[in-house]
Amino acid sequence: MKKFVLTIFFIATHIAMFSQDDLLDILDDEAPKSKTDGVVTSTFKGTRILNGHSVENRKDKELEFIISHRFGRLNTGFKDLFGLDESNVRFSLEYGLNDNLTIGIGRSSFEKTYDSFLKYSLFKQRRGEKSFPFAISLFGSIAAKTQEESFPIKERSFAENLSYVGQVLIARKVSKSFSYQLTPTYIHRNTVTNVADPNGIFALGFGSRVKLSNRVSLNGEYYHAFNESVSINAQNSLAFGVDIETGGHVFQLIFSNARTMIEKGFIAETTGDFFGGDIHFGFNISRTF
Amino acid sequence: MKPIITLICCLFIITISNSQERYLTKNGAVNFFSKAPMEDITADNNQVLSIIDATTGKMAISILMKSFLFEKALMQEHFNENYVESDKYPKATFKGSILNFDAINSTKSKAKVKGNLTIHGVTKEYLIEGNFTRTDDAILVDGEFTVNLDDFGIKIPAVVAKNIAKNIKVSFKFNHTPFKK
Repeated sequence: MKKFVLTIFFIATHIAMFSQDDLLDILDDEAPKSKTDGVVTSTFKGTRILNGHSVENRKDKELEFIISHRFGRLNTGFKDLFGLDESNVRFSLEYGLNDNLTIGIGRSSFEKTYDSFLKYSLFKQRRGEKSFPFAISLFGSIAAKTQEESFPIKERSFAENLSYVGQVLIARKVSKSFSYQLTPTYIHRNTVTNVADPNGIFALGFGSRVKLSNRVSLNGEYYHAFNESVSINAQNSLAFGVDIETGGHVFQLIFSNARTMIEKGFIAETTGDFFGGDIHFGFNISRTF
Repeated sequence: MKPIITLICCLFIITISNSQERYLTKNGAVNFFSKAPMEDITADNNQVLSIIDATTGKMAISILMKSFLFEKALMQEHFNENYVESDKYPKATFKGSILNFDAINSTKSKAKVKGNLTIHGVTKEYLIEGNFTRTDDAILVDGEFTVNLDDFGIKIPAVVAKNIAKNIKVSFKFNHTPFKK
């Protein structure tokens, strides 16, 4: 009986050794494990969800040029051609210092504001062995308003015109076509025009995209501020838009109640009432070199 | 008892001799080239796995799509995200047999490989011609062929029709060395 068991054992081992008869199975076993195995990519198409940043970074040594526009309010009617007579523009250059760190500079026509930012990808969303449910990035920016106050005329130092933004971007690609992002935000303004307004503002952003096809997605973004500038009756910023991607370009068509395109502006200083028709049509065009 | 021992010994000898006849590479090179009116696109993958069983002349290749490197990172992202859908179909594979494998020797000669090529989840039979050289410690294979994107259900939208060719030239080079498990 013992011998019989032994024989069976040997034959079984033998068969086990032969079970790798399929050459493709051998290749699967031999495939080296890569560092990027299971990393979830393309959570959003662009580096912006709409107004605000997404967790996406520019890749190593890539330069991106972004032109953003916001026209006037749609409810100004035919006289102002539904807001098209008025326009705010922001130009920016954004560069990937490496795959995880992006630096950017920009200039907005609104209040002649210059801004610069750093965005760092801290954690990647991963599937499989070392799975991690979220992609987490850190964002910090500084903006300098260079337009003089018209009324009352006040001389301000450079430092008084600065404001700072810190954000933690937490995103998850749930499926190929659905991603969302939560964005806790803190904004500090060195100067506020009215003493009743807070210098520091806390806000939480919600952003999402739904892919309609491989090249078109529908995006939504909402920032809820927990304390607001009362003197201007500030509103929460809400935006809807469509991303269209063609090769090296990403076009974003946007409807938003904010007329500015930097964080301290659209999160803290939006005055439009979206459902009252104070909607600014706009677009972001990005070209990567 | 004796016949059993003999049987076991025979089985082991077969196993050993069989496993020594395999040749493998983990850094095979595959390149593809798309020539379109607006731009030429090329991508390289130098981490392709390929194996040849020298007793049977069977060959298998496994290509990780995310390992294709492009000139621009954005192209690579679009390739994986929009065209070959790498999350859904991470690998392209080929499994087939080298015809007249026994005729291959240390002088470079042409031979055909017949088998199934799977890209983007679609399998199609291919007959590919390549240059083969076999020495004691290596089997070298190189060659090129054309892949039609329509055959594999990879759609090129009208807006980029002038940027991406329908027929892609694929070239490959594998230097297999003896594989011992």
